[in-house]
Amino acid sequence: MSTEEKNQIPSSIKPSSIAMIRTLGGIAMISGFLVVLVYQITLPIITENRRIALENAVFKVIPDATSRVNFVLSPDTLIREDAITDDRDVQGEKIYAGYNKSGQLMGIALEAAAPGYQDVVRTLYGYSPKCMCIVGITVLQSTETPGLGDRIETDPEFLANFNALDARLNTDKTALIHSIETVRHGTKTAPWQIDAISGATVTSKAVGKGLNNSTQTLLPLLVKHLDVLSQSNQGGIK
Amino acid sequence: MQPDSVSFIFLNACIVNNFVLALFLGICPFLGVSGKLHTAWNMGLATMFVMLVSSICAYAINFLLVEFNLEFLRLICYIAVIASAVQLVEMTIKKVSPTLFRTLGIFLPLITTNCAILGLALFQTLKEYNFIQCLAYSLGAGTGFILAIMLMAGLREKLDLAKVPNVSQGAALSLMLAGLLSLSFMGFAGLGG
Amino acid sequence: MVGELRQSTPITLNTFMRGIWSENPVFVMLLGMCPVLAVTNSVINAVAMGLATTFVLLCSSTLVSILRSFIPKQVRIATYIVIIATFVTMVDYIIQAISLELYKALGAFIQLIVVNCIILGRAEAYASRNNILKTVVNSAGMGIGFTFALLCLGGVRELLGNGTFLGFPVFWEGFQPWAIMILPPGGFFVLGAWLLLFSWLKQRQARKAQIKKGELAHAT
Repeated sequence: MSTEEKNQIPSSIKPSSIAMIRTLGGIAMISGFLVVLVYQITLPIITENRRIALENAVFKVIPDATSRVNFVLSPDTLIREDAITDDRDVQGEKIYAGYNKSGQLMGIALEAAAPGYQDVVRTLYGYSPKCMCIVGITVLQSTETPGLGDRIETDPEFLANFNALDARLNTDKTALIHSIETVRHGTKTAPWQIDAISGATVTSKAVGKGLNNSTQTLLPLLVKHLDVLSQSNQGGIK
Repeated sequence: MQPDSVSFIFLNACIVNNFVLALFLGICPFLGVSGKLHTAWNMGLATMFVMLVSSICAYAINFLLVEFNLEFLRLICYIAVIASAVQLVEMTIKKVSPTLFRTLGIFLPLITTNCAILGLALFQTLKEYNFIQCLAYSLGAGTGFILAIMLMAGLREKLDLAKVPNVSQGAALSLMLAGLLSLSFMGFAGLGG
Repeated sequence: MVGELRQSTPITLNTFMRGIWSENPVFVMLLGMCPVLAVTNSVINAVAMGLATTFVLLCSSTLVSILRSFIPKQVRIATYIVIIATFVTMVDYIIQAISLELYKALGAFIQLIVVNCIILGRAEAYASRNNILKTVVNSAGMGIGFTFALLCLGGVRELLGNGTFLGFPVFWEGFQPWAIMILPPGGFFVLGAWLLLFSWLKQRQARKAQIKKGELAHAT
């Protein structure tokens, strides 16, 4: 590119600053217009896609759920997400309550995260207040080794751990009776243990650790609001 | 270690998810400026410095953009502001310390359009880090970049003396080396767990 | 490079083919390596990335070519970057609208098209000096060349690393996939191998040409 044949560009040798500002301003206007146009067109489609993806994840971890309501759970309150106005005061975890056709609370989907082999493994799990256990899990984000670590998403034996993983709270409702732990492949003896995938112990442990951290902190907060959660589908809002 | 802790973020950006060897960001300078150890060191330092500056800038811009609900302008703003910030820094260094300018100066404009810089800004936004975490992330990424480019330069200096088949000279050989380095860095995976 | 500076040179097949073969951005010019290595762990990702880059390349160099006489040369780089960033943002939203899964797989690399040197290089070296038609043809060639290179890498990596092509299994039952090919080191190795192949082909061609010359010299 060193050939400086700039005489090709039919501009004056030294353009005034006004010309430069005019050009930059013009370009900025064109680009602003294009970006906003595309943004406006695609926004509803993207929101819809996101909603479907989230809904699929929630319905996957809460069996029999057909509708959901989003809540924000903070240390002292539980607020419906659609009741939050624009002031960004509400800080807390997003949780999703799933209901079946007749409006009964089937479970609550919560997020968990822990560092795995490569990067943070984020999961969404379903907690059923009826059996006080975890009833399903799906991986939201992971960059684990293909063929080894990513089996946490597909391995049926591993996923069977989460059909009814014990997450009972102790009598004062402050912590789990038995913390969730991950054990070596084939040594699972108790319902609160997770049988690791052989060859992917670190990733399996990350899943277990994330679940344990999340349940230990969120469930004690959550149980205080169970009656609110179970009645929240009355409005018939999907 | 908690996934949000500063030490985890630093180690993760530096070694486990090394920007060059695991995320493939900044390959151009990694292959182009790794012929000599000395130049590689200067390039690494300059990159780390620009990473720090642009990480801070990106954090500030993102704060503003979110405040005004203008997230769709994020990319344009990032690239424009990072480019001008680097230009400013370059001019300041030139005025304040000519010696430092001589070591870093020629690399600064090159680095501006390096994908590691923009990548850092985008990733820290994606991961929703706070200010301290952003600092740790950018320092980790910078250290990781220095580490990778120094290792590469050391290997290539030695290889200059070795006899290799005609066909494999140049970029192909560098890529194979990078592959081996990347393979060895995979051994660090699981460090945070 | 001298040829393309003259406005008068007509559009030839070479204007188009150059980007695909003799000036292939990846295999010959070694430009834009980051996405080449990062998103080629499957054919779908590779092709999507290639098409996205081609779209940005085509649109931005067309716009630069249209506006080339209005842009003062002092602010040209800033202008190019803004134009490119605009189209990248558009692509980013379009891909999100088409498939969230694809968007997740490509990650931040869609937005990183902005700093792909191929695009800025085309704007600076070609689009700012040539008329619209020529720019479009040349950029299309470059884009296709880039996509082709990504496909070469993605194909090999998915085939060996996962035993599939476009998601369909192609190998016999019991084939043990080489997981390393999908992992980062595999990217370096496969690209290195392709470069080896290309430089071997080039050397062989050169040697053949020399032998031919020698024969000619001998015959006379």
